[in-house]
Amino acid sequence: MSTTLEPPGTPAPPAAATGIKGASVRRGDRVFVGLSRGAGILILVTMAAIAVFLIWKAIPSLQANTANFFTTTDWTPDAQPAYFGIAALVFGTVMTAIIAMLLAVPVGIGIALFIAHYASKRLASTLGFVTDLLAAVPSIIFGMWGIQFLTPQLQGFMQWLTTYFGWIPIFSNDLGIYTRSIMIAGIVLAIMVLPTISAITREVFVQTPRAHIEAALALGATRWEMVRMSIFPFARPGMISASMLGLGRALGETIAVALLLSATYDINWHITEPGGITFAANIALKWNEAGNIGLSALIASGLVLFVITLAVNMAARLIIARRSEFSGAN
Amino acid sequence: MYITGKTRLAAVAIAGTFLLAACGSDGGSSAGTSASGSSSTDCVAGSIKASGSSAQKNAMAEWINGYQSACSGATIDYQANGSGAGIKDFINKQTAFAGSDSALKEQDKTDADARCAAGPAIDIPMVGGAIVMAYNVSGVEKLILTPDVIAGIFNGSITKWNDSKITGINPGVTLPDATIAAFHRSDSSGTTDNFTKFLGKTASSVWTTPNAKDWPTAIKSGQGAKGSDGVTSSVKSTANSIGYMELSFAQDAKLPTAWVDNGGGAVEATSENAATTIAAATVTGSGNDLALSIDYTTKTGYPVVLVTYEITCEKGGDAALVPLTKSFLTYTSGDAAQGKLTELGYVPITGDLLTKVRTAVSSITA
Repeated sequence: MSTTLEPPGTPAPPAAATGIKGASVRRGDRVFVGLSRGAGILILVTMAAIAVFLIWKAIPSLQANTANFFTTTDWTPDAQPAYFGIAALVFGTVMTAIIAMLLAVPVGIGIALFIAHYASKRLASTLGFVTDLLAAVPSIIFGMWGIQFLTPQLQGFMQWLTTYFGWIPIFSNDLGIYTRSIMIAGIVLAIMVLPTISAITREVFVQTPRAHIEAALALGATRWEMVRMSIFPFARPGMISASMLGLGRALGETIAVALLLSATYDINWHITEPGGITFAANIALKWNEAGNIGLSALIASGLVLFVITLAVNMAARLIIARRSEFSGAN
Repeated sequence: MYITGKTRLAAVAIAGTFLLAACGSDGGSSAGTSASGSSSTDCVAGSIKASGSSAQKNAMAEWINGYQSACSGATIDYQANGSGAGIKDFINKQTAFAGSDSALKEQDKTDADARCAAGPAIDIPMVGGAIVMAYNVSGVEKLILTPDVIAGIFNGSITKWNDSKITGINPGVTLPDATIAAFHRSDSSGTTDNFTKFLGKTASSVWTTPNAKDWPTAIKSGQGAKGSDGVTSSVKSTANSIGYMELSFAQDAKLPTAWVDNGGGAVEATSENAATTIAAATVTGSGNDLALSIDYTTKTGYPVVLVTYEITCEKGGDAALVPLTKSFLTYTSGDAAQGKLTELGYVPITGDLLTKVRTAVSSITA
């Protein structure tokens, strides 16, 4: 590397110190380039280190496992012999995230649209502030609120769902118990990812070129037609990336879900019945008391979550990159 | 260009310092012995770290408070991070002793013995507990359960409160025609381990899964809640529910608890009745290792109990930390410290077992 060419202690060239001549030799610039390049490399090294750590630590449990890691629902890694798999974790994680996204994406986009193009200036700034504030609430508060307040409040709604929509298999409930379900966890997750989705889409909505909006209105479009014709096409990549970021949070949310779910290692499609467990919640619940194989198994499950979230984020990047002409950055 | 190089060097140096500092803290430091005890407590100054079982958290907090106010120069730090983590910390020489809600298992015992340079690691029973079945059924003042019925409720084979199996042993009690909401722990826990051990020993025909810290995954009924506080608040807020927890949680939440009938008449879930069971436990460890085997089928005491141990080196602990560790454990096994346990909702160690505990503590040397 070029830094080693000069012996340490050599004074800097006077031109660089005075900073009058070419900018490329300024001391401050060089330091800054070094620092920012270092920061860039650091993030790559960190990611690689995490991946290597997860794989390294996961190997002992995967070797000891007597069950199929991908299709088994049970989680007894510390039993003799070790027997565990991620099927129930995948199911719970994906189901809660899907419910959260189904609820949060339309509402989040609606909030953003209202703030950006419908509300008065004053109302818009208040609403924007409040939704941003929602993002600052710690997740354990959401968990406690969900279990202490929301769960009792939702009992009636859940019963109504089962009574009138019980013919749809996922809403039927054979137990008559409606607490600690995947459905409730999904609803709380939806509230948690709402600010992420609405804040980003709002930023993209307000960047819609004035000319697009006025062109649509000049053609005689109503406001809703204008939104559909000019704002949505312009903001679509932003909406998708906002949703993906929200999905990332929903997939990885830990403590709120750990408090809310019943931690049943089972694939139960009746989403209003108690049950369900996610990757992150399982790690939070089992970590402290896990034995050697148990810890390794939890890390193996963490590796799978790592890969899933990586895939989600890369998909978001791909979508945005393909539509870079509309990325909102122009 | 050399400035960038220097900056990098400095950054590496700073990071290195932090790393070294992190490695250097080997379970705290103990600064000599100073007999400055004003009370009967034989004081040792210095500081030690310990970690482990959250089941004994409140007892430890009370004892540390008591010890530190009697001995001004002593600092004891107990992290209730779970028994498994506590044992790992102890094996990795992060702590002077570990709190655990079960005696050392085979592999851990080997590792812990290796950690103690000159002698074995020993389990010393210090805090007892009663696991109670707290329920929330309006109008039911006294509920009697047998092991078979408890197993049936928690494995889902008994689903209604007015099931004949329950009403049959509770004559004169009106039980509702309602579904039982049974709560268990969703996190790994020594409470679950001891509870399922009790069911396996006393209701083997109904309870067929082996005991473990994790609720059996084979049981698909019932609901999991995180921590004893989670189970307690769920029972408190859910009508027609029942859940198992440590006695202190039920007392604090003012929840009624079931009497347990092991075949010799119903026994109330009290600290005194649980102490009877713990005192009658047989020691399975050798020498001063007081690993216990509890007779869950007892007909005289309250049978659903757990014992939490302090695990430390009998010989070969860190020389600087042994005096304070020994002094503190002498204090915790004393009459005053054990006497405080009942009011905290724990169960004291009594009788011959307490004598053995004191002998074990006095055997600790560096």
